[in-house]
Amino acid sequence: MLAPSNLSSGCDQAFDQRNLDWYIDKAVQVVVFMGGISAIIFIVGIFLFITKEGMGFLIDTLDLQEFFGSPYWEPSDEDAPEYGILALMAGTASVTGLAMLIAIPFSLGTAIYIAEFATGKTREWLKILVELLAAIPSVVWGFIGLTIMNPLIIELFDVPVGLTVLNAGIILGLMAAPIMTSIAEDALKAVPDRYREAAEAMGATRWQVVFKTVLPAAKNGLLGAILLGVGRGFGETMAVLMATGHAVNIPGSVFDSVRALTATIAAELGETAVGSDHYQVLFTIGIFLFLITFLINLTADLIVRGIRKS
Amino acid sequence: MNNQMFAATQLNQKNQRTEKLVQLLFILMASLLILPVLVILATLVVKGGSILSIDFLFTDPTNGMTEGGIFPALLGTIWLVAVALIISVPLGIAAAIYLSEYAPDNWFTRLINLAIINLAGVPSIVHALFGLGAFVVFFGFGTSILSASLTLAIMTLPVVIVSTREALQAVPHSFREACWNMGATRWQTIRRVVLPNAVSGILTGIILEVSRTAGETAPIMFTGAVFFSPFLPQGIMDQTMAMSLHLFVVSTQVPGVPENLPYGVALVLIGMVLLMNSVSIAFRMHLRGKKKW
Repeated sequence: MLAPSNLSSGCDQAFDQRNLDWYIDKAVQVVVFMGGISAIIFIVGIFLFITKEGMGFLIDTLDLQEFFGSPYWEPSDEDAPEYGILALMAGTASVTGLAMLIAIPFSLGTAIYIAEFATGKTREWLKILVELLAAIPSVVWGFIGLTIMNPLIIELFDVPVGLTVLNAGIILGLMAAPIMTSIAEDALKAVPDRYREAAEAMGATRWQVVFKTVLPAAKNGLLGAILLGVGRGFGETMAVLMATGHAVNIPGSVFDSVRALTATIAAELGETAVGSDHYQVLFTIGIFLFLITFLINLTADLIVRGIRKS
Repeated sequence: MNNQMFAATQLNQKNQRTEKLVQLLFILMASLLILPVLVILATLVVKGGSILSIDFLFTDPTNGMTEGGIFPALLGTIWLVAVALIISVPLGIAAAIYLSEYAPDNWFTRLINLAIINLAGVPSIVHALFGLGAFVVFFGFGTSILSASLTLAIMTLPVVIVSTREALQAVPHSFREACWNMGATRWQTIRRVVLPNAVSGILTGIILEVSRTAGETAPIMFTGAVFFSPFLPQGIMDQTMAMSLHLFVVSTQVPGVPENLPYGVALVLIGMVLLMNSVSIAFRMHLRGKKKW
């Protein structure tokens, strides 16, 4: 029993669909779009706010030549504060460099093993372990550097201090390796099977397939993985704060204590007055860190996207 | 003659030997990556296990934080994570729905993706600077759970977005088409068909975010977490202690802490995080086994 009036209004709706559902649909579209652009708003917001806090100092007081060229970091000196981040950059670079020396072979090796050699249960378990490895918080890694690695290094190498480039480098290497492993594994998986089949059909053995065919084909993805690892190491804070020894120093060997850019902010921001020169110079370091990591991530993304297209 | 034809030549034998060697090398690398971590976990358990008890979890630290439990820090972490989730989960899911269901393939969408990647890649200490400059100072929230959770929420937003987007995209396109053909609007399709089929995948991502949020230290150091607070937080405008910062404090800032105390804190923190991750992994595997399409 369908009344004609009902039928006709149904027809009207079919032709003009601006009923409640239509409006809800439009409203939702706006809401999810806001969600979508929130990421852009936040990244721009981050840049604007750290620039706002650090820019005045950057323009008025800071001598860029001193900032990048001087190894003296004495921002709390009341008479003649020094704002040189050369030693801090050297600290960050040495720790990140050593970390990459450790993380690159291990993460690429593990990725190749997972993607090309391991099968079944071994593969599943390895992937799970790598994922759990990536989940360990950085403050726990710092704690490990402080309490387990420190005495170990002192004993093994017979050195007076164990909180050094070596300590933080190993810790950071172990931290960066899992992420690099999973991205590298994705890159290897993205190489089409027909490449492997073609090589195998030519009589190549497994490792020949991997070295001569798969690795060259996945080159860009692997490079992207390494770059993201560098970005990770560069930006890591708590672990390097706790494991480097936190001494302003241009390292001469891996047994020297250093101080990283990130760790400097973490250690000193709490004791500065909002708006003071010291407070502002820490934000200036923040701007520098933001720009560097932005550049690294952008490059990595472009490289990785490059392989997806081709 | 026939036998010789199929016998391994010298070249074959050499190749087989190299093959074995190379494989051994890779196994070695993989185990060298995993092994130290297992050793470290074992050390944490051995050295910190002795202090763990129900009392340790549910009493306040006493005697200048050299004795007693970790209750305020544990409760603080729960506060921080809960408020951060309330902020980031709806936002992240909305963003993922936009990217998966609405976004056209153009430069603007690529810009959003780039922003997400960079949001995940910006150093945690820069997020801390942002949180301090924006929420604590500019918006005047002060050092509070709200400021800290907002900072954490923005920092971990990419985790929710990426995992939710993956879950949504795993729902076959034919499901959507079937629904559209019935005359459903886009939103009706998403609400009745896409989301119900993706809900477990989304949940997996949220659990992962909980784990990430609970372990972060740098972003909360200047925005809401304090070394020590004699009071438990009563609301989101209060300061609070937190597990991750507490580990930093008892292992570097407080003199005369008995050795097993920081190990115990580290063990509880890492236990929380690994438990969350394991649940998330188990959940994902269960899903993969159950998938209907």
